[in-house]
Amino acid sequence: MTFVAKPKAHHPNLPLNEIGLTRRDYEGSVSTLCAGCGHDSVSAAIVQACAELALPPHRFAKVSGIGCSSKTPSYFLNKSHGLNSVHGRMPSVITGANLANRDLHCIGVSGDGDSASIGMGQFAHIMRRRINMLYIVDNNGTYGLTKGQFSATNDKGSTSKKGVPNLYEPIDLVSMAMQIGASFVARSFSGDKRQLVPLIKAGLRHKGMAFIDVISPCVAFNNHQGSTKSYEHVRQHTQNVVDADYIEPHEEITADYDAGSNEDVQMPDGSTLRLYKLDADYDVHDRVGALNYVQRRHEEGEAVTGLLYVDPDAADCHEIMDTVCRPLNELNEADLCPGQEALEGINASFR
Amino acid sequence: MNVNYNDFVIRFANVNGSGSASANGMFAKALFRMGIPVATRNIFPSNIQGLPTWYEVRVSEQGYLGRREGVDIMVAMNAETLVEDVTSVRPGGYLLYDNSKLLSKTLQRDDIIEIGIPIANMLLPEYTDPKQRSLFKNIVYLGALAGLLNIEFDVITGMVATQYKGKDALIAPNIHALEIGRQYAYDYLQAPLPIQVRHSDAVGDRIMLDGNMAAGLGCIYGGATVCAWYPITPSTSVAEAFEQHANRLRIDEDSGQKNFAIIQAEDELAAIGMVIGAAWNGARSFTATSGPGVSLMSEFLGLAYFAEIPAVLWDIQRAGPSTGMPTRTQQSDVLAAAYASHGDTKHPLLFPATPKECFDFAALALDLADRLQTPIIVLSDLELGMNDNLSEPLEWDDARRYDRGKVLSAQDLDEMEVFGRYLDVDGDGIGYRTYPGAHPDKGAFFTRGTSRDEFAAYTESPEAYERNMLRLLKKWETARQLLPAAEVDAHESRVGVLFYGTTALPMPEAMDLLEPEGIKLDACRVRAFPFSDDVQAFIADHELIFVVEQNRDAQMRTLLINEFECDPKKLVPITYYAGLSISADFIFKSISEYYSQNKLPRLTEVQS
Repeated sequence: MTFVAKPKAHHPNLPLNEIGLTRRDYEGSVSTLCAGCGHDSVSAAIVQACAELALPPHRFAKVSGIGCSSKTPSYFLNKSHGLNSVHGRMPSVITGANLANRDLHCIGVSGDGDSASIGMGQFAHIMRRRINMLYIVDNNGTYGLTKGQFSATNDKGSTSKKGVPNLYEPIDLVSMAMQIGASFVARSFSGDKRQLVPLIKAGLRHKGMAFIDVISPCVAFNNHQGSTKSYEHVRQHTQNVVDADYIEPHEEITADYDAGSNEDVQMPDGSTLRLYKLDADYDVHDRVGALNYVQRRHEEGEAVTGLLYVDPDAADCHEIMDTVCRPLNELNEADLCPGQEALEGINASFR
Repeated sequence: MNVNYNDFVIRFANVNGSGSASANGMFAKALFRMGIPVATRNIFPSNIQGLPTWYEVRVSEQGYLGRREGVDIMVAMNAETLVEDVTSVRPGGYLLYDNSKLLSKTLQRDDIIEIGIPIANMLLPEYTDPKQRSLFKNIVYLGALAGLLNIEFDVITGMVATQYKGKDALIAPNIHALEIGRQYAYDYLQAPLPIQVRHSDAVGDRIMLDGNMAAGLGCIYGGATVCAWYPITPSTSVAEAFEQHANRLRIDEDSGQKNFAIIQAEDELAAIGMVIGAAWNGARSFTATSGPGVSLMSEFLGLAYFAEIPAVLWDIQRAGPSTGMPTRTQQSDVLAAAYASHGDTKHPLLFPATPKECFDFAALALDLADRLQTPIIVLSDLELGMNDNLSEPLEWDDARRYDRGKVLSAQDLDEMEVFGRYLDVDGDGIGYRTYPGAHPDKGAFFTRGTSRDEFAAYTESPEAYERNMLRLLKKWETARQLLPAAEVDAHESRVGVLFYGTTALPMPEAMDLLEPEGIKLDACRVRAFPFSDDVQAFIADHELIFVVEQNRDAQMRTLLINEFECDPKKLVPITYYAGLSISADFIFKSISEYYSQNKLPRLTEVQS
């Protein structure tokens, strides 16, 4: 970590986004994670994505659980409220936050220990409820804060820093997310900003559950030879299947791609998700096909990255429940309290 | 004939899932509509179908609502429990049974009166469908009871008509079954019996409902918009009542959409997590659970306590420990709730005793949670939550405004110089909070379960940690002043009795039983923790206090000793914890025995 505080003043010529803010307006506090930690790259990607989307930086709710990953909401979007909850329980807390105010952008950051072990139940259930949010897992396969135990996403045979192999099967969060109900599922790599930033932008704009599993190497405990979550291994063993580009509703759509292997997906808000398919046969709308593809490649030792599955028209939890459009936290006595007259009728029904 | 009017206990022994509940409920409701005070108790198994279940109705012109020992009339409709049921009848009492099968000689008692009705045989020629025969059994005995006890028949037939409104085809056969039973009582039994009912005005304008229904309604009136819950007996009906009424009362007129959100969570951890997330984001929210759920929620309660996030939790207590007796009542979560979670934690508790108080405390708890920025735990129990109780009518003052506590708007933030989430600006230990998204530049902060300074920044500074913990204690003292005071009934006796929640139900009767024995006690009904000053004064003002409660370890007594550092010898535990509700007889016997054993002075002028 660095001890140098960020200067408050910034360069006068920093570019402004559409709402007149610079990237600095989207930053957070100085990170206390290790130098070179993949999680810091994810935070930086979130900052860049939010700034490029020109979303008001105070209109987010950032929620996390416990662990290195869960510290990161402090490191982006300082103008927004954050809640660092308890281990593995980010999904329930952010569900409540989303129910209370559907107008805020919800970002949940979790880790592989937080989501795939202690919080596996909550991970599964928030997927099936399709809360409108961006759910990011900073996935490094290890418990960093407690000094390097294996996590449940670590591949079988991958070794610890001391050379001991992991004996158990890994949990694949993207497969679970696709199976259980997430309507936007992606995997990326913290070292590939070019891929990650557009995915975060699209995920933030997606209405419903957007899940991104980001392989994010732990430089302290899981970046050695023998680990399948090291920078080197991930660079060599990822297969990018679909790159996404996010195009705002007002932006001009140019046909500068090979229409045969690429596709434009219309999002309900008028924006466009442009997909650059690196495997021409891959169908990003075919959930079962995507599951098969990811599993097969995993058998071959490859981690498939990119946008794996999207259903732009799926209902989110508020639509499923048919709640009012106004945020529930803005409703007042007039909206909520039926009053004494109605109560007299209720009393009569108990006589 | 020397007739006993409006004062008896009737118990129905049935098989779970046999359709008896609606007939038995109609019996109680009929008496209630005749203006006679009744208290109902469903003694049911943790089972869906096939196990024994009992329904007990205490009928009391004097208005005693607590459980009374002994059964005056046993309606024995379950062969499996017949031995036990025959034994439980008081000498001189009645046993009503289906004598289509003769009662075994070994079961016959010569100190009770057997009333055999060949219900099954009577139904054979009347109904062909076996399911109908089985269901109408219950209606036939209800008709027979109407004849035997002199229940106003049009009250019962009126209820049948209301109950089957919309299913009109069922009305006539039901009324026919009632008439079959009543006619048999007139033709073959010596109806009416010396135990009878007659019209009364003792009910007044009271209503009859269960505490969970009242709690659900109170959450609607109190402005709860988010309910997250996980099914667990005996709390499930709180969330169900909320949803049932919200689907009618909380629909936006213009859009037809819901002004509330309810989620059946995957477990109790998620339920309380959702409540905390919603309350953090400014929505009033609550959950309902029972003891096992409180155990699971404890980690989150610590977060809400330390990070100062409002939450409302209803604990409908049942008999523990562990799974215990899931369908029996107890007051055994007092300590677990008061100090839930690791580290130094404590939570305000409310102890409702009536359905009306469930309604009032539901709305109050939402106000208090916002005001105190901490979890509020309402400790009800199965006895109150799941049984129909007489209650004062529910009331709402339309001029009442929700107390949302110290929340800063964007304008407030613009007008102030310094915002620190945990700064004690007013000296009451409560800081000002902001809702997420309130202001473009000001008021955002990071909420965390780790230690932090007054400006919500993470710190491990010993001084900052200690300042924060001491401020939380100051807030605790603020809570003491805001919570409902105790109900004290003092007449300068040197001995007192202290109780809470449903232990209040049998208390007036227990006092009436004790008085002729020369025992007159001052009374204190505790309604909240931290205890109000009047509880401390009550303990100081009396030489001896019986603490009556429904758990083995005298948990309220422990809490009093712990909080007030009073002499434990002064507080005499009277505990009943076998799973039925505590009775006046038990309280009377325990206290009068204590008087005898310890040779305590009784009032010289014995009243009769």
